[in-house]
Amino acid sequence: MKRPAGDLPLWYSAGLVPFLNVVLAFLVAGLVVLAIGANPLQAVRILFTGALGSWYGMGYTLYYTTTFIFTGLAVAIAFHAGHFNIGGEGQALLGGVGVAVIVLNLQFLPPILLVPLAVLGAAAAGAAWAFIPGWLQAYRGSHVVITTIMFNFLAFALLGYLLLEVMKRPDSMALETRPFIDGAKLPRLDELAVLFGLSITRTPVNLSLVLALLCAAGMWLLIWRTRLGYEIRTVGANPTAAVYAGVSPAQITVIVMLIGGALAGMMATNEILGVQHRLISDFTAGAGFVGIAVALMGRGHPVGIVLAALLFGVLYQGGAELAFEIPAITRDMIVVIQGLVILFAGALENMLRDRLGRVIFRMRASEA
Amino acid sequence: MTVFAIEMRGIDKRFGAVHANSKVDFIVEAGTIHGLIGENGAGKSTLMSILYGFYHPDAGSIRINGKTVSIRTSQDAIRAGIGMVHQHFMLVDTFTVVENVMLGAEGGPFTAAGEVAVRQKLAQLAANYGLEVHPDDIVENLGVGELQRVEILKALVRDARILILDEPTAVLTPTEVEHLFRMLRRLRDEGKTIVIVTHKLKEIMAVTDAVSVMRRGEMVGTTKTRGTNPQQLADLMVGRRVALKVEKTPAPPGGVVLSVRNLTVLDSHGVARVDGVSFDIRAGEIVGIAGVSGNGQSELLEVIAGIRKPTSGTIALKGEALLTGAKDEARRLRHHGVRHVPEDRHRMGLVKEFEAAESAMLGYHAEPTYGRGLLLNRERIVSDCQAKMDAFDVRPANPTLKTALFSGGNQQKIVLAREFERDPVLLLVGQPTRGVDIGAVEFIHRRLVALRDAGKAILLVSVELDEIMALSDRILVMCGGRITGERSPDRTNEQDLGLLMAGVTERAA
Repeated sequence: MKRPAGDLPLWYSAGLVPFLNVVLAFLVAGLVVLAIGANPLQAVRILFTGALGSWYGMGYTLYYTTTFIFTGLAVAIAFHAGHFNIGGEGQALLGGVGVAVIVLNLQFLPPILLVPLAVLGAAAAGAAWAFIPGWLQAYRGSHVVITTIMFNFLAFALLGYLLLEVMKRPDSMALETRPFIDGAKLPRLDELAVLFGLSITRTPVNLSLVLALLCAAGMWLLIWRTRLGYEIRTVGANPTAAVYAGVSPAQITVIVMLIGGALAGMMATNEILGVQHRLISDFTAGAGFVGIAVALMGRGHPVGIVLAALLFGVLYQGGAELAFEIPAITRDMIVVIQGLVILFAGALENMLRDRLGRVIFRMRASEA
Repeated sequence: MTVFAIEMRGIDKRFGAVHANSKVDFIVEAGTIHGLIGENGAGKSTLMSILYGFYHPDAGSIRINGKTVSIRTSQDAIRAGIGMVHQHFMLVDTFTVVENVMLGAEGGPFTAAGEVAVRQKLAQLAANYGLEVHPDDIVENLGVGELQRVEILKALVRDARILILDEPTAVLTPTEVEHLFRMLRRLRDEGKTIVIVTHKLKEIMAVTDAVSVMRRGEMVGTTKTRGTNPQQLADLMVGRRVALKVEKTPAPPGGVVLSVRNLTVLDSHGVARVDGVSFDIRAGEIVGIAGVSGNGQSELLEVIAGIRKPTSGTIALKGEALLTGAKDEARRLRHHGVRHVPEDRHRMGLVKEFEAAESAMLGYHAEPTYGRGLLLNRERIVSDCQAKMDAFDVRPANPTLKTALFSGGNQQKIVLAREFERDPVLLLVGQPTRGVDIGAVEFIHRRLVALRDAGKAILLVSVELDEIMALSDRILVMCGGRITGERSPDRTNEQDLGLLMAGVTERAA
């Protein structure tokens, strides 16, 4: 009976604890900033005004957020079935290939058909890439953590090969395909705003933000309101009970990896279909790995994931501003701050949780 | 003046809101066997854990052999001459008996001297108490009874004068129980003091000199065993009148519902867990399978439930072959009316992380009752669970509470309600009352008999012989994966079944 009996309130485990963890991460990061001779308060101010203080900053923040929602959900769905999908990076790269294959080969189609098809192509390619590790885990017992990591490297190699040998733009030295036609672009939010007579600053945030939010809502529905979601959670919480209930853990493993791969693959709709408008190499830039941190911090819940993705969006955009404004703080420092957030929100989560939990229980007991 | 071996007075212990021990006095005369009984959560384990130094009491004092002691760790307890034999043996399988007994008492960085001393002590104990073991046997090759003897020896080698045994008979055959009791009586006659924590009233009556009863954290009575009887003790434990005997009329069995033929299950090492088993169950009868746990009953149950694939053999439900080898066999069988209360509810029957309502539809979540198409209807799930909770008196009757927060007995009721309330054709029941309070046992037994009277075919697997004898219309005994005998409950007794459970077949009967 070392753990307090009973459940802790939601505001505590989903609100107070993550908030305090982020505060703690910022405090330690502040010490690091102090150590290199900069002013931490000023740094925090620049970080937040840079990320949220202007339409421009907010646009970029939301653009990063979109990417992290996709990759965060990709990790979380597998998490619910008890699996750790480390392969978001590779699945997203393949998503890019899926977009490019559709757009470059079917550009005779009208945009109203082409763009949705490209989104489906991203999802399908990501899912196909995740299927192999999923199947190997389900029916051959190869650990999905190991195989998805390996598949990230394979995806980088495959994309390099495709861009160099198969899909390369003939008139360029760069590793990229030829640009997409104008009809095959997801509209930016500033473009959409014009339709409503509004004028906002031009930033890369685009319609895929809405797609990401729909995916988050869809995942909530799937996990907590469908029979399949019930089976996924049963497998994740107690595989023996799942077998007892006639649910095949192997089948569920394959299904969650397919869904996870599709979600990671759709990250390419933001980056490739929304911004780059051509397939380039290494466009994921570590977003697949940030997704792991986002999923952990968001505790696998879609709402938590959207909030955690927003936090990481702020850190990315604000961090870029910070590196620009205070030269002593380099990009690497931003990575340190992100690392501290991951450390406190993910790895050290229980440090605060249990101690504070006991305090709350004692307070309640003395009230009673 | 009588000497008290244990004198715990005013022991008080709280865990958060739970008052586990409330001003408990527990006094044991030296040189006696003393029983400690109570329902789950009555505070027996807490009290014994305090005596053995796992917990520190909030208030109260402990005197051992007349001397006030402070027991803060189990080392203190051992120094005070207290030895504990846990329900789950704490032995290293790959070590020899001597190595296990020495563990924690090696006597320095080099083991040679300690080993000589331990061997001497073992020889001495064998001579004094008849506790014979072969010091060089590897522990994993020993039977359960011998393992228990090693545990007892571990305590005695450390000069324990007070032995605490936690549910010592849970895994023993009746013969082994007899053997254990002979051993305990001899230890007592040589001056040791023994405390037995158990829920089996019959054993209390058989072996103890005095007995203490706990209920809801309080000590409700201590009495000489000679001056009491099982009914009185049961009433004291529960706090009201309970029926120990199941009311049951003779069964008029109907047609064959389940027929199992030559069923064999090999495990991954090629060892036969179930070995050529054949039997029938008719409508309106309870067939009980007796046996020491680990003799193939679990595997048999899992095969019939569609969870485990048999190596060979057939199973038919109402004449129709059942097993197809399909991936979702368990789900298909449920469709045919096979209901299964698994032996281990935590491992298999429930998902502890789920709300009770979600656990209460485990295995049946595809049914249209719970929603349309792909979607689940939460209100329906909750109201369905509410109805089941009311029917089975689950407390608290709150479907949205997390499954893990219910007591063992109430968790079991959730599983039973799920399987019983669904018009079974064939009901498979494994250990229906394991870890369940006496009051709830009475309720569960009545429900099982009611289902039988309604014409259901019931297969009951239990390691509790009393339960098998009280409920079954026919008893099959399993040993080593085989059925070693069939008996009618009114024409057998524990000794007879015990021999069959130990694998001694017909000749001896």
